[in-house]
Amino acid sequence: MRKDFAPAIPEKLAVRTFGFSSGIWRWVGALALIALAAALPFAISNYHVFELTLAMIYAIAVLGLNILAGYNGQISLGHGGFFAAGAYTAAILMHRYGVPYWATVPPAGLICFGLGVLFGLPALRFEGPYLALVTLAMAVATPQLLKYFDSWTGGQQGINLPKVQPPPGLGIDRDRWFYLVVLVVLLVAMRVAANLLNGRTGRAFVAVRDHPIAAAAMGINAARYKTLAFGTSTLFTGVAGALSAIVISFVAPESFTLFLSLSFLVGSAVGGIATIGGAIVGGLFIEFVPNFASDISDAAPWAIYGLAMLLFMYAMPRGVVGSLGPWLARLTPEDQLAAPKE
Amino acid sequence: MTLILELRRVKAFYGQSEVLQGIDIAVADGGISVLLGANGAGKTTTLRAICGMVRSEGEILFTGQPLERRTTEAIARMGVAHVPEGRGTFTGLTVEENLRLGGYTRADRPLASMDRMYSYFPILADRRRQQAGSLSGGEQQMLAIARALMMGPRLLLLDEPSFGLAPRIVENIFTIIEQIRREESVSVLLVEQNASLALELADQAYLIETGSVVMSGSPKTLADDPQIRRSYLGY
Amino acid sequence: MHQLLQQIFSGLAAGAIYASLALALVMIYRATDLVNFAQGDMAMFSTYVAWMLVNAGTPFWAAFLITLVASFLGGMAIERIIIRPVEKAPVLAAVVVTIGLLLIFNSLAGWIFSYTLQEFPSPFPDRTLFGALMTTRDLGVIGVTLVMLVLLFAFFRFTTTGLAMRAAAQNPQSALLCGIPVGRMLAIGWGLAAAIGATAGIMVAPVLFLDPNMMGGVFLYAFTGALLGGITSPVGAVVGGLIVGVTENLVGTYLIASQLKLTVALVLIILVLVFKPNGLFGTAIVRRV
Repeated sequence: MRKDFAPAIPEKLAVRTFGFSSGIWRWVGALALIALAAALPFAISNYHVFELTLAMIYAIAVLGLNILAGYNGQISLGHGGFFAAGAYTAAILMHRYGVPYWATVPPAGLICFGLGVLFGLPALRFEGPYLALVTLAMAVATPQLLKYFDSWTGGQQGINLPKVQPPPGLGIDRDRWFYLVVLVVLLVAMRVAANLLNGRTGRAFVAVRDHPIAAAAMGINAARYKTLAFGTSTLFTGVAGALSAIVISFVAPESFTLFLSLSFLVGSAVGGIATIGGAIVGGLFIEFVPNFASDISDAAPWAIYGLAMLLFMYAMPRGVVGSLGPWLARLTPEDQLAAPKE
Repeated sequence: MTLILELRRVKAFYGQSEVLQGIDIAVADGGISVLLGANGAGKTTTLRAICGMVRSEGEILFTGQPLERRTTEAIARMGVAHVPEGRGTFTGLTVEENLRLGGYTRADRPLASMDRMYSYFPILADRRRQQAGSLSGGEQQMLAIARALMMGPRLLLLDEPSFGLAPRIVENIFTIIEQIRREESVSVLLVEQNASLALELADQAYLIETGSVVMSGSPKTLADDPQIRRSYLGY
Repeated sequence: MHQLLQQIFSGLAAGAIYASLALALVMIYRATDLVNFAQGDMAMFSTYVAWMLVNAGTPFWAAFLITLVASFLGGMAIERIIIRPVEKAPVLAAVVVTIGLLLIFNSLAGWIFSYTLQEFPSPFPDRTLFGALMTTRDLGVIGVTLVMLVLLFAFFRFTTTGLAMRAAAQNPQSALLCGIPVGRMLAIGWGLAAAIGATAGIMVAPVLFLDPNMMGGVFLYAFTGALLGGITSPVGAVVGGLIVGVTENLVGTYLIASQLKLTVALVLIILVLVFKPNGLFGTAIVRRV
């Protein structure tokens, strides 16, 4: 069975992708990008701000999937379910217990971490397509379970949530305020992921993915790391889910179908599954390509979306960052040593 | 003496690394050439280059025809039969099915050929309905050679037929190879680590080290060379 | 008891359809190491083709055969044109391509044929047999599936091409060395899988009514059945599909109707997989150190 869906990526590459590493030009570049991203919402319309916010939220979710599927090799078709868990945790906290929006995110993340560990334990038994099935079952079950436990979830109707209030006196409206909030969360998430993945834990993840037997021989507890990868991954995706509930101000079962899980997987693949920066590409892809698709064709927009997937995979089978990353790495002399041997 | 196979300045690459660095090898029509060398020298890569299984440069001529840009299955159809290292038997299929697959390219009378294979390797006749994976190492090697012969080839490429087999079985197999070469008028390119047996069989020998041919000539020339004796023949 | 037998039998009929699609999935997995997420919607599209033929006046079985041939050719074309560029790429890229294909077929079907539910004729009369134990329709579905399985078995066991295809799936490199055009064998495999899928679609359409989303649930059950049987085992696919069909029916009748039926059935099967993580007939994924 082919296992080469995620080539081994040297540590530095993950960190390098968005400039969190040594080298003055890296810092300058990174800061410039961040400043650009922060200024952007003030130059565009409210609706576009909303779309970009969603794209960043999806990027966080895809980053979660990258940790599990890319770095640790456990392909999940069910991350939509964890996204939903995060969203509904935030929703229930806000709706039932009046918790302010910003305070719902950490509990959502923690609960999803717990769920991920809980799920990751039995998932240890399964590999490859079998794991795919188990996670697929979760994705399929999610909307049904959400409708079933309607006393908590509001059933089919969903839950309406109060809109975000920007802090008074700052003089910016709620869309732009929340955009900046999400931007900060995204940057923090990427930093945390980079630290994790470039340290011992990340190396253990990759070792368990590529050479589980050799890893065990070196004393790496595969079960522990696989479960940890699961929990960490779902933590990220759960946080993203919570943010999505807040920004949309509404949750309903129909938003969390199998299609969402498949979209995350597609986002991972398009960006580059064993990368950090690729998550951003993935988030942008998931959010914007369907919209472009309906602009191109009113009658069969999803066909265009599907076609876009095909074209991206033909052109860059390792994802945008996965394919361009090594090439970019070869350009800078300091990074020659770390470039992957293809 | 015509050459049925000629390699001229052939290089081969795994990705970016150049594994064969310009080798010249030939097999006479009806003859046996042998490639000697240690592990990792490039012997297997040479055979793979001939069959188009690895990226290569240089000229590869089979009966005067260039093989360079052809697909592996086309090369097989031209009459080159390759018994790869590890034998490459279809372990999930029966002995008879393996032989039938060998005869895939020959629309004409595969059954007659199968009888001839069973006469060379009687043990296979006994096991014809058995799964190939359940055969012993020696039997699988015989099956692999038989399957290659079913193709009615003009050139037989053998990659380390002695690998992992007991000496008596190896002798048996080598005797059969010599018999086959005479009776089937097949030319052979043999890759071997077992130098002494191979040199007895061959009429042309090459020594490969780290991707280059460092010595070539008649088997006697190589066998008499003191360095070869020390390194490869053990005396 | 009578109801139990009834439910088992109609579960077998549903299971026959899942078994067919599961077999298609296993064939493609064995040949290309890939789960084809588009298999269900390819089948749906084929069913629409049959529907158009029947609506234009073609007699049922003629339409059936024409659709099978067209699906076979279509499947081959898809492998050659759409899948081949990513065959040597990482598996995930190929998986995403099949997801894209799924969307394309689904969307095209909705656009060309609209999303309205359509009736699809059944070639079997609507009668019950043996004191309402089973319907002729169910029997017919099982019969057609059986015929198809026998033909496939004979093809793979007794024909040279079938043997070559088995060889190409097991050991592509050795197959090439035998002069077997492995690429063409793959294409034939996809063609056969598409034809099998078409059969499944045509058999199920009279019951589920034809719409672009008809095969979604069927695909899920088929995928589950294929894994239950062991993703590398054709026999397993058939057995798995049948088990899933019966389980689904029994769960729906005796345990819980409506929404959660799918979830419960999936959970039950996953429990089985916990004890046999490679499926009932599957071989463990052997890892070389």
